[in-house]
Amino acid sequence: MPSLKDLRNRIASVKATQKITKAMQMVAAAKLRRAQEAAEAARPYSERMGSVLANITQAIGGGGDAPALMTGTGKDDVHLLVVCTAERGLCGGFNSQIARLARDHIRRLLADGKQVKIICVGKKGFDILRRDYASMIIDRVDLREVKTLRFVNADAIAKKVIHLFNEGGFDICTLFYSQFKSVISQIPTAQQIIPAGVASAPAEAIDGGNAVYEYEPEPGEILSDLIPRNISVQVFRALLENAAGEMGAKMSAMDNATRNAGEMINKLSITYNRQRQAQITKELIEIISGAEAL
Amino acid sequence: MAEAFKFELVSPERLLVSEQVESVVIPGAEGEMTVMAHHAPVMTTIKPGVVTVKTASGGEERYVVFGGFADIVPAGCTLLAESAVAVKDVDRADLARRIQEAKEDAADAKDDQARSKAEQFLSQLTTLEGAILPA
Repeated sequence: MPSLKDLRNRIASVKATQKITKAMQMVAAAKLRRAQEAAEAARPYSERMGSVLANITQAIGGGGDAPALMTGTGKDDVHLLVVCTAERGLCGGFNSQIARLARDHIRRLLADGKQVKIICVGKKGFDILRRDYASMIIDRVDLREVKTLRFVNADAIAKKVIHLFNEGGFDICTLFYSQFKSVISQIPTAQQIIPAGVASAPAEAIDGGNAVYEYEPEPGEILSDLIPRNISVQVFRALLENAAGEMGAKMSAMDNATRNAGEMINKLSITYNRQRQAQITKELIEIISGAEAL
Repeated sequence: MAEAFKFELVSPERLLVSEQVESVVIPGAEGEMTVMAHHAPVMTTIKPGVVTVKTASGGEERYVVFGGFADIVPAGCTLLAESAVAVKDVDRADLARRIQEAKEDAADAKDDQARSKAEQFLSQLTTLEGAILPA
């Protein structure tokens, strides 16, 4: 049975923890808003990029001059997995969900006798995947220092991937990230980025999309410039979605923690009061029986 | 007064401009071009340079872009810039850093094709620096 002093200490420490989780929740809420705004602001670019890409692939019509990034190497022996997770924990199942999806994917690929390489973006995913697949992790990108996610961060990752592809390091590249649906729901997603899944039915082309375009320089040349950029955009979008998702997950996790701490304080206070009363009663009995004995 | 059309300048991070304009001068990869309403559909890559926008209300705005694409249709013009800033916000240090990086790229280039590409980019950047930063 804990003493009164122990209980008092316990209550004080839970209260302190509750204050911290409450503060973290509020910080996450503020950051979430910012992350959501950033994701929103980046949307026009990726949308326009998509329609331009659809336009130009239509113009080329799957001709022979489509770059390898788009058509692939024609093999699927070596898979590259780019696993994007958060840099920090304390955000519920956010990181482990992404890691689990990646792990299932790896297991399936290995069962099929494929070779797997992994690039980890974010520390948490690296920590989880290192346990089972340390030998397959070829690189990790640390975004810990990055305060606000800029396009250059994504561009650097994309360049790394493209460089590896040009060296023949892999055949198929899949991007793992968490799609931000709402504050309480993030959906881990796997998206193939190389070879780029060309939408055969072009998404709604921009107004006047069926007009004959003039290209300057040649469509093939534009495309070979456009595809790497599109990969950067995909990575950027994934990172932004991840950032928003992380904050959302952290917010609800910290909300839960704050509530749990509140419940715990209630329970502890009841025990504390009960014990204090018991002690008073005991002392009274002692005094009374002492008086009676006289 | 010339007819207005819709112009959008988008960078990966945000939408910079979306308004009715009279004309836009774009630093195309194969020469500068002025886009006005009812322009024939053209798609072009752009080189680092200055985009001059003449708005329908008569004002003039200038933006520095570092590479990207322009998609021009009769009804409008969309510029997908890799990165874009208003001329008045250009950071001298940032530009110097980009030039330094381009120099390193040119020095590191493995084959001739990559080197000529990097050098071309470098020269475009230096021209740009000269154009917007009066010494």
